[in-house]
Amino acid sequence: MHAATQNGTPFKFSEAALDEVKGLMKKYPEGRGKSAILRALHIAQEENQGWLSVSAMDQVAEALGITPIEVYEVASFYSMYNLEPVGAYVLEFCHTGPCAAEGAEHIIEYTKLKLGIGKNQTTADGLFTIKEVECLGACGYAPMMQVGQYYHEHLTEAKIDQFIDDCKAGKIEKGSWKMS
Amino acid sequence: MGRKLLLEHAHIEGIATYEVYRKHGGYRSVEKALKTMTPDEVVEEVKKSGLRGRGGAGFPTGMKWSFLAKPEGVPRYLLCNADESEPGTFKDRYLMEKIPHLLIEGMITSSYALGANTSYIYIRGEYSWIVKILEKAIAEAYSAGWLGKNILGKGYDLDLYVNPGAGAYICGEETALIESLEGKRGNPRVKPPFPAVKGLWQSPTVVNNVETITAVVPIVNDGGEEYAKIGIGKSTGTKLISACGNINKPGVYEIDLGLPVEEFIYSDEWCGGIKNGKKLKALVAGGSSVPILPHFLINKTANGEARLMSYESLADGGFATGTMLGSGGFIVYDEDQCIVRNTWNFTRFYHHESCGQCSPCREGTGWMEKVLWRLENGQGKISDIDLLADVAKKIEGNTICPLGDAAAWPVSAAIRHFREEFEWHVKEPKLCMERNYGLVRDMIGEIA
Repeated sequence: MHAATQNGTPFKFSEAALDEVKGLMKKYPEGRGKSAILRALHIAQEENQGWLSVSAMDQVAEALGITPIEVYEVASFYSMYNLEPVGAYVLEFCHTGPCAAEGAEHIIEYTKLKLGIGKNQTTADGLFTIKEVECLGACGYAPMMQVGQYYHEHLTEAKIDQFIDDCKAGKIEKGSWKMS
Repeated sequence: MGRKLLLEHAHIEGIATYEVYRKHGGYRSVEKALKTMTPDEVVEEVKKSGLRGRGGAGFPTGMKWSFLAKPEGVPRYLLCNADESEPGTFKDRYLMEKIPHLLIEGMITSSYALGANTSYIYIRGEYSWIVKILEKAIAEAYSAGWLGKNILGKGYDLDLYVNPGAGAYICGEETALIESLEGKRGNPRVKPPFPAVKGLWQSPTVVNNVETITAVVPIVNDGGEEYAKIGIGKSTGTKLISACGNINKPGVYEIDLGLPVEEFIYSDEWCGGIKNGKKLKALVAGGSSVPILPHFLINKTANGEARLMSYESLADGGFATGTMLGSGGFIVYDEDQCIVRNTWNFTRFYHHESCGQCSPCREGTGWMEKVLWRLENGQGKISDIDLLADVAKKIEGNTICPLGDAAAWPVSAAIRHFREEFEWHVKEPKLCMERNYGLVRDMIGEIA
């Protein structure tokens, strides 16, 4: 179990989400519904402000009819699952080779200084979290970051400034962890 | 312009929709295969085409297909590997975003050839918007009768689903992909048994890369022999190359295999040369895992022959003076890039992505990362260079899956070709911290 894992407030799937999870299980043969786990965890994360609490993982286990440990061991393996709370906007910067060769490290440092936080930290107002992630398949359009389901490519200091201003002005919808 | 088999229609407006795709000849391969060919005949065409796996390994696709076990009453599965995450590689993303129906069509034709009635596209979770693009295309294909029961009235049934991952490079390894699709951690399996015998849910399974599956469409439409006429030697057909790094025109290009590397880098039709008028220092030709080449081995092989974009030519000279075509992730480095820093960066990647099953990989990638970090920061010793090479050697070949090799090769190759630069980091700790790689620049000047 991840050391940082927190219990959080009791989690309950919305009815629509639960239906979606049940629907996902039908994509796999009888008795193989566990295969829906990755997507079910994405859905739970969306409904739990962008992170997976123990309570949320337990609800995924219940929905899929598997034991909680089967969910914990999967949730702690994949990097897209946040096992602690995150801000309303999660800035995931690619820091891998091709992005680094095109100035990713500079842009990441610039953003950290601007927001006054380090990686895996959230600003005091709860708006921004910075993550550094591995190659996101945007190497030709570097440097880049992913915020929710959107890729922001060819990043510059000015683009970061604009993006952060837009977030603060409420021009960009909160809950940027939504993947669907 | 080069010939385009896969990207021919990529720029047509609305090509992502069924109507436009169909109007431009889409789904002809399904019609041809189901109406006029037996599954084995489709496999035969793929064999004749000489198509090799486009994900990185380059294994002949037709041969892989022919290994599929066909026990009575046991389902078979075709899995599309869309877990594109090899650093430098973004070609499958482009294909799926632009022409999703090409992948759906390839999946149907290939599933028919393999006798699979349920197939899955396993796509990396970060490509979440592409999940929607693919699912929309699949829904359209169902409505038009290309998926579902009794396709074209030929008694063939197929269901196709998209399964997103959740962030794990290792799931691009086929047995890890299968584990992940079964709802588990992406730990690669010990082989044998191979997936062709016991794969998804212990059933016979084929796992193919996105580009490989889309290539089946022109192969069936035009015949394997026509496809094999393109390219050079055993490198047949076209290949998508995702070009990035310090070049003027990064992007995804479809080339005929056999194109000279020099032309690819410098021609305005392709990469357009090195950015800001700088000099070429190094090339990673096929994704971060393949050995890096120094500038004097890029345009020409050690024998002085023109280096070509083909499996054989890029591998010419073995790992001593060659590399691999790999996934087609083409990363170009200019004279200002630091090889030690880049090697550290890639090693950090492999350390992060190691699943942790095998000690040599789990521990070794971390050790290499630490040693590279201290070298990069002017705190290394000369003996660290041999230590690094030694750790890399002990990871290679000693792990369940190829991630260990993939982590070791870039380190070994960087030391092999750029040992002076590693030594410079030890000898000039202050300059090193100032990010001044002058010595390396001077060396390039001398050779060029």
